[in-house]
Amino acid sequence: MTPSILSAEGLSGIVFLCFLAATVAGAFIAVGAQRLIRSVAGLALSFLGVAGLYYYLGSPFVALMQLLIYVGAVCVTIVFAIMLAENDDGPNPKRKAILKIAGLPASVVLIWALSALACRTDWVKLPQTGDGSLEGVGRALLTTFGMNFELISLVLLVAIVGSLVLARSGRSKS
Amino acid sequence: MSILALSGSLETYLVVGAFLFGIGVYGMVQRPSFIGMLICAELVLGGASVNFMAFNHFLAPDQAVGQIFTLFIMAIAAAETAIALSIIIAVYRNYKSIEAEDAVDLNG
Repeated sequence: MTPSILSAEGLSGIVFLCFLAATVAGAFIAVGAQRLIRSVAGLALSFLGVAGLYYYLGSPFVALMQLLIYVGAVCVTIVFAIMLAENDDGPNPKRKAILKIAGLPASVVLIWALSALACRTDWVKLPQTGDGSLEGVGRALLTTFGMNFELISLVLLVAIVGSLVLARSGRSKS
Repeated sequence: MSILALSGSLETYLVVGAFLFGIGVYGMVQRPSFIGMLICAELVLGGASVNFMAFNHFLAPDQAVGQIFTLFIMAIAAAETAIALSIIIAVYRNYKSIEAEDAVDLNG
């Protein structure tokens, strides 16, 4: 059955299609753009669309986190690195030609195989035990996944200290 | 099935996740610079997160688990970005370039 375009379901479907288009177009820009700064803009657009998909998957909290961490933090950090390190002499295609020629069919086959697998499998739905509310997420994060939570904070600490050490070493005094 | 009802089926999200994964792999092979490869690695991680969230919403018994997985993936991606960018800046100091083919002294 087809929902009318002017009904609530139809409008929600149109908004979903917009998010889908943002994800796909952003991914194409991120991969295809010559200048790195445009590539980062495409990445931000793609992750904006992915945040919309998360909202439709019933999790506004993860959508907000996606916006905060990826669009807000990761993309801005990459922009800073581009400001520090990009070559001024424009695009410089030095990549081996065999990689460019073989990469496209290989990735198309990869996408086709994964999509065919997803569409042909008869997925089994299990009985629900939790409703996926934010309260449930927080409770599981501090009980079932408490150890993982501590470990991930340790990983982040080590990553921050390590990146400080790496970026600092080799800098001359002058 | 109508195109306006796409948001209600698991396959839509799985195909989008597969697309992000595949195009990320293609970009990692094809981009000449380290920062471009990093951007495409973020796309791959995004595709994996979409798959986790889709399975979580449609199939999982406890719907908190997939969200926690996605949050962990975000934390790992943030740590990866920090480390990778500092390595890229260190490479740039030594080679004055971020092209992967220029850093051949690493014998990669």
